[in-house]
Amino acid sequence: MAETISKEKQEKQNAAAPFLRIQNLVKDFDGVLAVNDVTVTINKGEIFALLGSSGCGKSTLLRMLAGFETPTAGKIQLNDLDISRIEPYKRPINMMFQSYALFPHMTVWDNIAFGLRRDGMSATDVSSRVESMLELVQLKNYGKRKPHQLSGGQQQRVALARSLAKRPQLLLLDEPLAALDKKLRERTQLELVNIIEQVGVTCVMVTHDQEEAMTMASRIAVMSEGRILQIGRPSEIYETPNCRFVADFIGSVNLFKGKVSVDESDHVIIDTPECQHYVGHGITGTKGMEVSVAIRPEKIRITQNKPDKPHNWVQGIIKEMAYLGSYTVYHIKLPSGKVIKATTANAERLPDWQPTWDDQVYASWDEYAMVVLTQ
Amino acid sequence: MQKYHNKISQLLTGRFPVIAVPYFWLALFFLLPFLIVLKISVAEMETTAISPLVSFIEGKLNLKINFSNFVSLFNDPEQYYLWTYLRSIVFAAVTTLLCLLIGYPFAYFMARSPVERRPALLMLVMLPFWTSFLLRIYAWKGILETNGLLNNFLLWLGVINEPIHMMHTKFSLILGMVYTYLPFMILPLYSNLVKLDNRFLEASADLGATPLQTFWRITIPLSKAGIIAGSMLVFIPCIGEFVIPELLGGPETLMIGRVLWDEFFSNNDWPRASAVAVVMILLIIVPLAIFNKYEAEQMGSNKR
Amino acid sequence: MSAGSIKQGALSKGVLVLVYAFLYIPIITLVVFSFNESKLVTLWSGFSLKWYYAVLHDKEIINGFWLSLKVAFFTATASVVLGTFAAVALTRYKRFAGRTMFSGMVSAPLVMPEVIVGLSLLLTMVTIQKWLGYPERGMMTIWMGHTLLGMAYATVVIQSRLTEMDKSLEEAAMDLGSKPLQVFGLITLPLIAQSLMSAWLLTFTLSLDDVVLSMFLSGPGSTTLPIVIFSRARLGLNPEVNAVAAVTIAAVSAFVIFGSIYMARAEKKKQREISAAFREANQ
Repeated sequence: MAETISKEKQEKQNAAAPFLRIQNLVKDFDGVLAVNDVTVTINKGEIFALLGSSGCGKSTLLRMLAGFETPTAGKIQLNDLDISRIEPYKRPINMMFQSYALFPHMTVWDNIAFGLRRDGMSATDVSSRVESMLELVQLKNYGKRKPHQLSGGQQQRVALARSLAKRPQLLLLDEPLAALDKKLRERTQLELVNIIEQVGVTCVMVTHDQEEAMTMASRIAVMSEGRILQIGRPSEIYETPNCRFVADFIGSVNLFKGKVSVDESDHVIIDTPECQHYVGHGITGTKGMEVSVAIRPEKIRITQNKPDKPHNWVQGIIKEMAYLGSYTVYHIKLPSGKVIKATTANAERLPDWQPTWDDQVYASWDEYAMVVLTQ
Repeated sequence: MQKYHNKISQLLTGRFPVIAVPYFWLALFFLLPFLIVLKISVAEMETTAISPLVSFIEGKLNLKINFSNFVSLFNDPEQYYLWTYLRSIVFAAVTTLLCLLIGYPFAYFMARSPVERRPALLMLVMLPFWTSFLLRIYAWKGILETNGLLNNFLLWLGVINEPIHMMHTKFSLILGMVYTYLPFMILPLYSNLVKLDNRFLEASADLGATPLQTFWRITIPLSKAGIIAGSMLVFIPCIGEFVIPELLGGPETLMIGRVLWDEFFSNNDWPRASAVAVVMILLIIVPLAIFNKYEAEQMGSNKR
Repeated sequence: MSAGSIKQGALSKGVLVLVYAFLYIPIITLVVFSFNESKLVTLWSGFSLKWYYAVLHDKEIINGFWLSLKVAFFTATASVVLGTFAAVALTRYKRFAGRTMFSGMVSAPLVMPEVIVGLSLLLTMVTIQKWLGYPERGMMTIWMGHTLLGMAYATVVIQSRLTEMDKSLEEAAMDLGSKPLQVFGLITLPLIAQSLMSAWLLTFTLSLDDVVLSMFLSGPGSTTLPIVIFSRARLGLNPEVNAVAAVTIAAVSAFVIFGSIYMARAEKKKQREISAAFREANQ
């Protein structure tokens, strides 16, 4: 899950210019609040991901941006223009559909030219724009083909070209890679980002795949039950989740429930049934408060011998392990019955010691590895 | 003024005309006729016209609703009408059952045929369906006549010594009706069975069921929707069938369609004919509702 | 192949052959005896085309044929137009006032016994005629009745295709700047065109073949072909009818067979193109 920040991206992030403002947006379907008071500002030029499992409201939110659903309450402003109730064909927004929605009775060329012709563009202009689009997605000689004569990956590129042809102010992607198989997906993720950045269009994408969101987006909003739980850069969401749901949704996490026993400005100590956690920074909380301590599996080190410190370690037995090539996953059962998950990179081909089933081991982590969650 | 202009143009181009046009047509040619039939069935026949329901007599509003037409239908000591209704229902039910018994295995084997053959098989079923049904019924006349093809064939074979009297009997009527309505049973059954996932049957066999058990406990319940649709498509129109009893039926196969025709064209008794129609409608309301429910479900399940 | 499946194979073939025989033997006898010299349907006395000549000179049949053709043409066209409206209303607009009643009214003519439909329409025409002096019973009234029935069939066919069609295609068109009417004309219509054609042919055939509605709704001078055939068939067997039947069957068969072959070929071509694209992508 490498976060590739190109220089252009970095610059754009620094010059954060609010472009799409969503304010207190609500969508009510017969008493079910699919989107429940969502407020978020998206900056010009960024790729913004709405991440969540099915039913969390992300698709409804996207459809309201596109104009296929009317908000029950709230406002959507694109570059200071209130577009909340404008019809989809009048918005300067284009969408790439999950099923691609390529018109089967038209050629690739006509598909891409479709939107341009609705605008009354002259034939020569249409021609040059379509050509440049085909070149952008590397399908230069495929203009005469019909959608069923293309492979899945090629269809996706046509769909992308079609949605960018009108140079929209906002590009919407609905689960863009869901229809592709894994190998193709990895390749396409980066290609897609390159094209979008090349064009420089602001982009909102919807996905349930956290890896996709973290690879492609510069900022992510995690959604659940119609609400946004956290917005931030991929590293922020991963390393500093603001609640248990987000911590658990992104990647795997070990959660320890306990009470704050020492609360100082530069460190806190939290007592949990399994062990005592020494967190090397202050938290906004009070002594005696009930909290959860979240530790990512890769932050846990497994050793044969007992660690030489009073906090931040547990003892247990390896109940399950899975060798996955670049890393190994261990499920360690603690005396209390709790099972924690630890992953270790297989940095050496032939290591001196390799834990195996039913070994008794020690799992430890350092004082900055934890995130303290109050929700 | 501009506001009204906008509203009108909005109405004309939005969803309103799309719904309104067919609605209006149906209201005019379906709903209105039924109301008129209803009205006439409770009116009286006066020399050349129907007496109005509502009229002014001596300055007072007078409502004349007459149920005598309905009463007279069932007051008859011979129960002419009652027996005819019952007979029609029985014939329709027998036809439906036979169509099911013949049509189901046929649709089943069609659906289980190799995929390449299916379009051809389907086309061969559709072909008679597209050919005029009147002509096909007429063909049976030639076959079932006393000196018709079937009798001549059996005589030639030596199976019988004298021609069998087959024409204008219950046998010829049912045969004609089954023949006509068989495609109506086969098509919904086939479209239902063809969508049946083979893996259900494989799973059943894998769990130890014999082919017969699989058929009874898996295939038939899963094709219930098709069975119901096909049955309704046969049963309901069969009750009011007119042409087949005329051409192939006889004195003992009098059905309600013919009765309605006679009341109207021969006896010129419009109110009574309407009453007959209203009772017929009441008879088919329940199967009609079942059919409607099935149609709605079909459309819903076709969506992706 | 297990013994069980061999038995099932034989059973399958047996059932299929028997039912097809049942369906086709009457049709075949019709055609064969249209060439029979003698008037008797049952005795073959030699090959002859005289009944075909007789049909060509039979004014009643020829007039009836032209009338039926005209009515069928207008019925099919009106049914498809109305059916498209109804199908769009039912599939794209989830909620509107009186939807259940609308849906019921649209599909009821499919199963209603024709005598009921015929009687009620006739009474309505007569009533309206008393008020407005119009319509006179004739071709117009037959057309109205046939269209009511045809619309029900057309709606079913078109509705089935519309629900199957990917809705996001229409959304994509709107997203790219088409107004709703343009979406319908540029996207929806081409994609349902085939079902419109099927609906047209289906309702055309239905109208051409209709007996009961035509009899209720016809007037003096507007006798359709089925009415002519029915009256004659009531009286007895008539080889001219066989000739008419043979021509009808030949026309319909040619149509259905060539239509099916054409569609099968087009489908095969499409499949080949899809696999070619798939292979090319995986190289």
